[in-house]
Amino acid sequence: MIHRRRVLAALLAAMLPAFAGLAAPAAAQNKTITVASTTSTEDSGLFGHILPVFEKETGIAVKVVAQGTGQALETARRGDADVVFVHAKAQEEAFVSEGFGIERFDVMYNDFVIIGPAGDPAGIAGTADATAALKRIDEAEAPFVSRGDKSGTHTAELRLWKEAGLDPAAEGGDWYRSIGQGMGAALNTASAMNAYVLADRATWLSFKNRGDLKVLVEGDKRLFNQYGVILVNPQKHPHVKADLGQSFVDWLISPEGQATIAGYRIDGQQLFFPNAPEKRT
Amino acid sequence: MAETATAWQLIIGGDPTLFAILRLSLVVSLSAVAVAALVGMPFGALLALTSFRGRGAVVVVLNGLMGLPPVVVGLGVYLLLSRSGPLGDLGLLYTPSAMIIAQAVLVLPIIAALARQTIEDLWRDYRDEFVAMGVGPAERVAALVWDGRYSLLTALLAGFGRAAAEVGTVMIVGGNIDGFTRTMTTAIALETSKGDLPLALGLGILLVAVILVVNAAAWTLRSVGEAGRTA
Amino acid sequence: MRHQVFHELPLVLDAVSLRAGSVAILDRVDLSIEAGAPILVIGPNGSGKTSLLRVAMGLTVPTDGRVLWGGRLAAPPVRRAFVFQRPVMLRRSVLANVTFSLARAGCPWAQRRSRAEALLERVGLADLAGRAAPALSGGEKQRLALARALAREPELLLLDEPTANLDPAAARRVEAIVGEAATAGVKIVLATHDLGQARRLAGEIVFMTHGRVRERGAAPAFFAAPSTPEARAFLAGDIVL
Repeated sequence: MIHRRRVLAALLAAMLPAFAGLAAPAAAQNKTITVASTTSTEDSGLFGHILPVFEKETGIAVKVVAQGTGQALETARRGDADVVFVHAKAQEEAFVSEGFGIERFDVMYNDFVIIGPAGDPAGIAGTADATAALKRIDEAEAPFVSRGDKSGTHTAELRLWKEAGLDPAAEGGDWYRSIGQGMGAALNTASAMNAYVLADRATWLSFKNRGDLKVLVEGDKRLFNQYGVILVNPQKHPHVKADLGQSFVDWLISPEGQATIAGYRIDGQQLFFPNAPEKRT
Repeated sequence: MAETATAWQLIIGGDPTLFAILRLSLVVSLSAVAVAALVGMPFGALLALTSFRGRGAVVVVLNGLMGLPPVVVGLGVYLLLSRSGPLGDLGLLYTPSAMIIAQAVLVLPIIAALARQTIEDLWRDYRDEFVAMGVGPAERVAALVWDGRYSLLTALLAGFGRAAAEVGTVMIVGGNIDGFTRTMTTAIALETSKGDLPLALGLGILLVAVILVVNAAAWTLRSVGEAGRTA
Repeated sequence: MRHQVFHELPLVLDAVSLRAGSVAILDRVDLSIEAGAPILVIGPNGSGKTSLLRVAMGLTVPTDGRVLWGGRLAAPPVRRAFVFQRPVMLRRSVLANVTFSLARAGCPWAQRRSRAEALLERVGLADLAGRAAPALSGGEKQRLALARALAREPELLLLDEPTANLDPAAARRVEAIVGEAATAGVKIVLATHDLGQARRLAGEIVFMTHGRVRERGAAPAFFAAPSTPEARAFLAGDIVL
């Protein structure tokens, strides 16, 4: 019997430390904001680089929920985030004009690139014209993976197809695969299928499972990818931590925040280019 | 294999971030099982010991709910806890508490259904003796739960296995926030999406190992307990 | 204690019938059982012995007729106990099986352990007190079932073929315990198809066929001169249909 008790006690004791720390994160919650952002900013490691700097300076911890732009804006609409930091300007402006956001600020940009297999069956490599490249993919009916998730990248992709005068989603060719998932999943799928895919450069640079894929088209002005930040309107959702959220927005577009963003590099390559307006209040 | 090597490096490296993720996974899943057991065990016992019109339908529904899709549970709890939802004022979305709630909902039917089966089988054995001994309803439940404790432990383990392995609910209601609501499974999903497949698989091997350790602990508990009865 | 208030005896079965569909398992049984010498219920397989005992315990509710315990209808078991042909052991220690029964019979917590040990001593299981009850042998299980039943300080003890699955030595030990209980004043009603056992234990015999009580009388008279042809055939070892 004594032996039994001892084993029981040992098992319980082994489990206790796991529970001991549970209250700790909750205690730190008072100076915390939730930011709904995109997979590209999180997966590329940008937040891992800039958030510690911000927290050290202001004592505000930032919890990032990484989703597609469409989902991130929806999260904010429901009042589940204090700040949105996304990359689909038209959707962002709609969000502000509906009254869910206070004001939208440009923060930074990078660019989209068209990725494809090294074999390049549609022969787009070297083209600087993104829409011409898409037309060739359409003509060749070469496999193309679409995010299909209303994300910023998906929105940009649909805009490019439209500018090319095509609508592959409606035409229903089986070479056009809409997967309804994040950037990473889309790249994994493209890698497995040797398909073309539109990706943001930051996610591509930090992506490790490239297989045969490489950047085939870049540099077109229409591949410009602008990120914006918006404080959620506390008049819509009174619990929004407007002061702390505003501090984050202010910091992102401040010279210091901008410099921190510019300082993030992978293999010596800069991933995001700050472009917040000079004048700020 | 490279993945096994990665798993070993993760363990040997003693990375504090990894430890925190592992701990959160354990805390969330074990708490969820505890909450589900608190509700599910008495419910299962009650269902085992009562007869009423439509009982068969309740049993079928309960058994069916064992296959609840995690994403559906996650979505339901999300809509409930979202600031725009009925329980939004609690501010629980994107916290470990939300993940515990969602996983508890997910494993509740498993624990309740298995408890019902266990206790009903035992009750079939005990029924006549209990009637002959004049055992009242409350004593009956207590005695059946106590005597069925080792089988009920298996029900808890089944619940824990499901909770620890699922990614659907914790991703939606937890948000996979770095250092706050990132669990083993959401970390695996994240590393997969980043294309770091060896790291993802390494984490996966680690998760399986942890689930095995919990099961081994339960097994020890059970065999020590049973040895005690014959000592 | 609560069981001082009620009496289980006399036990009266008043025109009791038990039907399963069109089959009469018990057919208008009238039986009155008072304090006194053990009653042995005998008869061929399927004659209704087990059903008679279950109805007498209150485990089975008859389709027709009334059962009265000390003049009360539908009385929950207080000072009556039952030993099954295959007793079910609680998945606990031998000692805990007895303390459980003591607790249900209203024994105060402080006395349970000592009384349980005394009961185990009485049935010869004191050495096995810490053993898991489900791991006992058949004879040991039956003696533990007797200890559990005696823990209720019964006025009436019903036993359904308690030795049917036991070897002769184990059966004798069970008989000895039952005999002691009878001597101590417990009314024994025991169903058996073992005529030797009936001769050894009986004060009275109840002989059944086809769900009916065919004869009831003092054991010596019954064995010397059964009055029905079925009983004569049964005692002669013929197959009684």
